[in-house]
Amino acid sequence: MPDGGIGSPTKRREDTRFLTGRGKYTDDFTPQNTSYCAFARSQMANGKINSVDMSAAAEMPGVLATFTGEDFVNVGGNPAGWAIVSRDGEPMKEPKRPVLAHGKVRHVGDAYAAVVAETLEQALDAVEAIEADIEELDAVIDMASAVANSGSLVHDEIETNTCFDWGWIEDNRAATDEAIKNAPHVTTLELVNNRLVPNALEPRASIGEYDPGTGDYKLTTTSQNPHLSRLLIAAFVLGIPENKLTVLAPDVGGGFGSKIYHYSEEALVLAAAKKLGRPVKWTATRTESFLTDAHGRDHVTKIELATEKDGTFIAFRTETMANVGAYLSNFATVTPTFLHGTLMAGNYTVPNVYVNVKAVFTNTVPVDAYRGAGRPEATYSLERVIDKCARELGMDPVEIRRKNFIKKDQYPFASAAGLEYDSGDYDALMDGLEKTADLAGFEARRAESAKNGKLRGLGINAYIEACGIAPSNLVGILGARVGLYDAATVRVNPTGNISVMVGAHSHGQGHETAFPQIVADMLGVDAESIDIVHGDTSKIPFGMGTYGSRSLAVCGSAVFRATEKIIVKATAIAAHMLEDKPENIEFNDGVFTVKGTNRNVGFGDVALKAYIPHDYPIEDLEPGLEETAFYDPVNFTYPSGAYASEVEVDPETGKVTVCSMVALDDFGVVVNPMIVTGQVQGGLAQGIGQALLENSIYDENGQLLSGSFMDYAMPRADDLPNLVVDHSHATRCTHNPIGSKGCGEAGAIGSPPTIVNAVVDALVRGGHDVDHIDMPVSPSRVWAAMNK
Amino acid sequence: MPKITININGRETSTEVENRTLLSTALRENLHLTGTHIGCDTSQCGACVVHVNGKAVKSCSVFAAELDGATVDTIEGQANADGSLNVIQQAFQDHHGLQCGFCTPGMVMSAAELLKVNPKPSEAEIRDYLEGNICRCTGYQGIVNAIMAASGQDVPSIAAE
Repeated sequence: MPDGGIGSPTKRREDTRFLTGRGKYTDDFTPQNTSYCAFARSQMANGKINSVDMSAAAEMPGVLATFTGEDFVNVGGNPAGWAIVSRDGEPMKEPKRPVLAHGKVRHVGDAYAAVVAETLEQALDAVEAIEADIEELDAVIDMASAVANSGSLVHDEIETNTCFDWGWIEDNRAATDEAIKNAPHVTTLELVNNRLVPNALEPRASIGEYDPGTGDYKLTTTSQNPHLSRLLIAAFVLGIPENKLTVLAPDVGGGFGSKIYHYSEEALVLAAAKKLGRPVKWTATRTESFLTDAHGRDHVTKIELATEKDGTFIAFRTETMANVGAYLSNFATVTPTFLHGTLMAGNYTVPNVYVNVKAVFTNTVPVDAYRGAGRPEATYSLERVIDKCARELGMDPVEIRRKNFIKKDQYPFASAAGLEYDSGDYDALMDGLEKTADLAGFEARRAESAKNGKLRGLGINAYIEACGIAPSNLVGILGARVGLYDAATVRVNPTGNISVMVGAHSHGQGHETAFPQIVADMLGVDAESIDIVHGDTSKIPFGMGTYGSRSLAVCGSAVFRATEKIIVKATAIAAHMLEDKPENIEFNDGVFTVKGTNRNVGFGDVALKAYIPHDYPIEDLEPGLEETAFYDPVNFTYPSGAYASEVEVDPETGKVTVCSMVALDDFGVVVNPMIVTGQVQGGLAQGIGQALLENSIYDENGQLLSGSFMDYAMPRADDLPNLVVDHSHATRCTHNPIGSKGCGEAGAIGSPPTIVNAVVDALVRGGHDVDHIDMPVSPSRVWAAMNK
Repeated sequence: MPKITININGRETSTEVENRTLLSTALRENLHLTGTHIGCDTSQCGACVVHVNGKAVKSCSVFAAELDGATVDTIEGQANADGSLNVIQQAFQDHHGLQCGFCTPGMVMSAAELLKVNPKPSEAEIRDYLEGNICRCTGYQGIVNAIMAASGQDVPSIAAE
């Protein structure tokens, strides 16, 4: 095994503090003189606010300040980060998302008032004393009714519940329609991609501080990308000068997308801290998390697959309604569009793809990117309809996929959905899957299950995803309101150890271990001498944070580029020290040597010379050894994979047991295989959770029925099998310097269709006439499918 | 407010708590032992598991005021006397049994209780025992492997030595 560099399964250094209780999460900070904030949240899904009387609350013991929507009418709203244009050329509808609800409340949990008090208990008691007159209106819950505008409106001022009606690619529409009309075989499937709650185990929390002496604000918060939060708060919401606001995201207990976004509570604690001149702290209860963290998925889709009689794909056509909830969360509009529609060619050479997405406002919690973000929805639709098609044509599910795979000599490949895939080898993944999952042995295992009275099924799936969303030039054309680069500063200290300031944020991904492996590999120094600094806008360069499996591919590439600059400058210093020209110096394993000689100088001596520049060509070479790089990728990266799962269905109860889950992924170059394995296993658990257990359910009045861990079924250890992960079938990413693709979301993308394919397979083999069951494939749904 | 004296990680400590104060809150707010985490409000997640009089307890399900004279052990007291990781903690690091770290203190405390009552648990017994601890990051694979390894059983190696 390599020693601590790229490819080494180095144990994580951050583990030591987490295992000894020394992690420092936002709620672990309590600055001196902290006061506590609690929110009054709507108990109805849609309501007209007639009045909010805070006078009694303000008189309660310990209360320091109270706030209502009135207090924020003159500040900005929390904006959407991506503008989508509808098929008719109209811009999307963007109603204001205020700090506190004003005029109307729009979902259960929507905050309309806040109290700050000396203690949390006093703040909670005072919230109880608020007298709010809110008139309940009919809730907009069902997406089909919402699109029809047949009842209430979520936002009266936009006069519709449809945010946009988007087509991709509009130029392909007529050809796709024509291809489907004339195709020898068309498979149609209607399905629901169930609404999920990310449920990072650490609830969101925020602490606002204000220093009246300097005018500086500080926000400590549970964020995956502190610079984005700072930008949104400063430029859009509160109008604080960006240079007067520090955002600190310390240890963060999981995110999965839900902590990408700026949330109102962050703005409120800052505004309150300024008003009071004291720190103001808010920590969500789990109930508040369910009612306010952005939810995920929630698509209702009809997909058609047109094929030749031999199973050759001719066209995919998709119509989707995507729930965006009551307000546009920051990336709610890009998730069901450019992160979904562009993936609707899958791993296949299909020539025609057309996707229509209608985004729908409802009186529910805002929906945004959750682990996979659009790509799980795309993969699920594709891989379910392909399985159904294979069954209709009497083909093997592996065979039909192989028949349509892009072949390894076809890269770069322009997909019919508008992306250019740079690399991959889907047949090699499928070859590997057949061996690792022992597909040949399935029949014997099925017979064994049958002896025990169980129906056994095999599910197969192939996926491709697009990670490290970029480049900024392209996404700007497509409507992005942000750039999608990342940044790193490599600072070599005089004594030779190194601090690397990165724009990515680690909240479980192990950056503190993996990023030093890159620098160590390049500089030939001990990884232990390299530290990562992240999460503090006062220390790091402006970066875009961690989401979309981008940290290594984008920020890691920035680290790589900055380290290259370090080598260039250090080589110039070494040349001076060795009294030769830089072009005559070679650098290997931490030593600069004059080519063809044994004259050399070590990296540590060069670092010291950079900071103690006695006898130094000061006119030609600046002192210091610190470099920054901003890296803007030229393309997405395209991880891909082949998954298999075997399940047993109990015909008496409909209960599904996952017997095996095998995931083969192509992530390109892997920096730390241990961390990558863990990322995939975690993604698989969330995907299996979506397929079998998890569902966010609203009743017709907009009450969230699954609003606690007692009602929302999170996967437990005994719900899951051994998770077999193999990332050895790798093809290098061709356009970033490390060659890596991104691994954080893969498991959650590839596993849901694998599981559902396996359950349907078990039922069909068991003699049942079933072609689809919606997720979560719960015992009651399976039983109903068997007994219809 | 009731004053309680408890032996916390081997040291006698006194603090005043309201009758409604949960042990989890008392540990974090009164005693500044923030290693014990609060991940839910229904005693489901297990991030707050500590040992009370030698038994694993969800500290959000106990009133601090009831514990006068009790012995409480938390994650902060689990390392070896020289500060190095104990066998279970080390196994979690060796087998990638944690990612974000938030559930980890509760997992380690639950694992310690399991291995006390069942020194060589099977994989199925471990999965069953962890039913009260939710991890959203790892898929439990690394956690199960770590507990197997901590009990001296062979599991495949995932990390460099």
